[in-house]
Amino acid sequence: MDVNYWNPDVETLERGQLEALQLQRLRHIVAQAFKTPFYQKRLTRAGINSPDDIQTLDDLKKIPFAVKDDLRQSFPKGLMAVEMDEVVRIHSSSGTTGIPTVIYYTAEDMENWTNILARSIVATGCTSKDVFQNMMSYGLFTGGLGLHYGTERVGMTVIPIGGGNTRRQIQVMKDFKTTVLHITPSYLLHIHSKLAEYDTTIDDLHLKKAFLGAEPYSENTRKKIEELYNIDAYNSYGLSEMNGPGVAFECVYKEDMHVWEDAYILEIVDPETGDVLPDGEKGEVVLTNLIRSALPLMRYRTRDLAYVHAEPCKCGRTHRRLSRIQGRTDDMLIVNGVNVFPSQIEEVIMAVPEVGTNYQIHLSKAGSLDKLTIQVEIYSKMFTGDINQLDALKRKINDKLKASITINSHIELHEPGSLPVFEGKAKRVVDNREQL
Amino acid sequence: MAKQLTIFLENRPGRIQSISKVLVENNMNVWAFTIQDRGEFGLVKLVVDKPQQAQLALVDQGYACAIKEILAVTATDEPGNLAKLTAALLEKNVNIKDAYGFVAPSDRKGICFLEFENPDKVDLEQAIAAHGFTILDDEQLYEL
Repeated sequence: MDVNYWNPDVETLERGQLEALQLQRLRHIVAQAFKTPFYQKRLTRAGINSPDDIQTLDDLKKIPFAVKDDLRQSFPKGLMAVEMDEVVRIHSSSGTTGIPTVIYYTAEDMENWTNILARSIVATGCTSKDVFQNMMSYGLFTGGLGLHYGTERVGMTVIPIGGGNTRRQIQVMKDFKTTVLHITPSYLLHIHSKLAEYDTTIDDLHLKKAFLGAEPYSENTRKKIEELYNIDAYNSYGLSEMNGPGVAFECVYKEDMHVWEDAYILEIVDPETGDVLPDGEKGEVVLTNLIRSALPLMRYRTRDLAYVHAEPCKCGRTHRRLSRIQGRTDDMLIVNGVNVFPSQIEEVIMAVPEVGTNYQIHLSKAGSLDKLTIQVEIYSKMFTGDINQLDALKRKINDKLKASITINSHIELHEPGSLPVFEGKAKRVVDNREQL
Repeated sequence: MAKQLTIFLENRPGRIQSISKVLVENNMNVWAFTIQDRGEFGLVKLVVDKPQQAQLALVDQGYACAIKEILAVTATDEPGNLAKLTAALLEKNVNIKDAYGFVAPSDRKGICFLEFENPDKVDLEQAIAAHGFTILDDEQLYEL
């Protein structure tokens, strides 16, 4: 198999040298961290008073973990290590759970991130001859723009179409002979079910590859997609706290994702104790960003569960590989690529007067797409006996939810007292989708 | 005017039985009933002999149950009466939201229950009586 590199020296760097590079970059990030109010306090309290206290990579363990809430608490500038006029880009979470988490990038940070994306893309075998249709949403979300910059850097022909509008997506694939897609697996499966409707067969398309991301999916889903489209589908991993996509990417061998260890320090920890686990053991992915000066973030608890492969890859890269994400340590739901917290749903429906006290969230598959069903009990005292009231109530709940979670849900009304009641911790979420 | 109970029930086996049980326990007599189906739930509409007590009994058991006034219109059982009745209502801009009926065996009189919207607040009793129909109240229904 042909193996291409973007940064051959770094990608095949001998482990000792790779670790030396990590240490050097880590010390720079620690120096940046001391410029932020958040880390000044956090590091000093942990007994670290200057970058000189980091002498070996093992000293990383002295640095306290960071969590999502630290980013929220630091909103807007508590973690900012540069002046605003050095910042060339802001990305942000939707902030639907409250305060948004904001990420800043300097021009150099953007350059670094774009480079590791270019490296990721080339690792899958893409070249400047490829036509890339970017079907992830653009905007504050890092998924769309990240891959856009990376593929453009590689010299590919980039079609920044964004998400949605299946008919147009298919037409564009035909018109420009798209060879590579960036898309969520659920949407790619959905499109397949629509091809006949738009008088299209696989032979009308010129697809060779797809980058799948933004939601967890099983190896079986990948195989299904590869068979349905006769393409190679590559798994990828990223999160905005670590710049965005490109933290880890599969190479042409598709045997799990290379974590770009010159750019990120990867640890797998026991989610309960925080102890670092040996390679091969499943735990929480913890990452330290080594290539972003504007917003230093070290030992970030991603809440994603996975394990690491240390054995060498046939492609010759020395960077260890991360397994498919096996689950989450928290209760965040990913519905058709969109992050949804049960707490958001609860917040909305409990504010509707016609809703009673109990509710349950059900996830299922409708074809290849996720279906989110919210079962709510009606409040008997608000019941007027009018069917229009109930139809309007369903619409109202869906509209209010959509304003918060951005996606449509199917609202089911139930009798007061009919939904299961739990003693202690309620089981609010019933996920009947295929288990990973 | 007659009264109708509307009960919110999930659409699954045993739900109607469960409200029937409550009615039996409270010695209620059901004169008419119909179901408006909406997928995962339905509205069960009942005309019973003691609507207020029935509502209290059902609410007490946790059911979502509303009570509302409906038209119980009676006429002799003969062709063309429904057309006349609906024409009379149309004339007064009254919208029929749901309807069900039966023929009383004693005197072969048709009884039609109408859920309605009366935006202009017209005197329906008078409007319908003008066309030869009678509107029954709870007491009169009881007499049948």
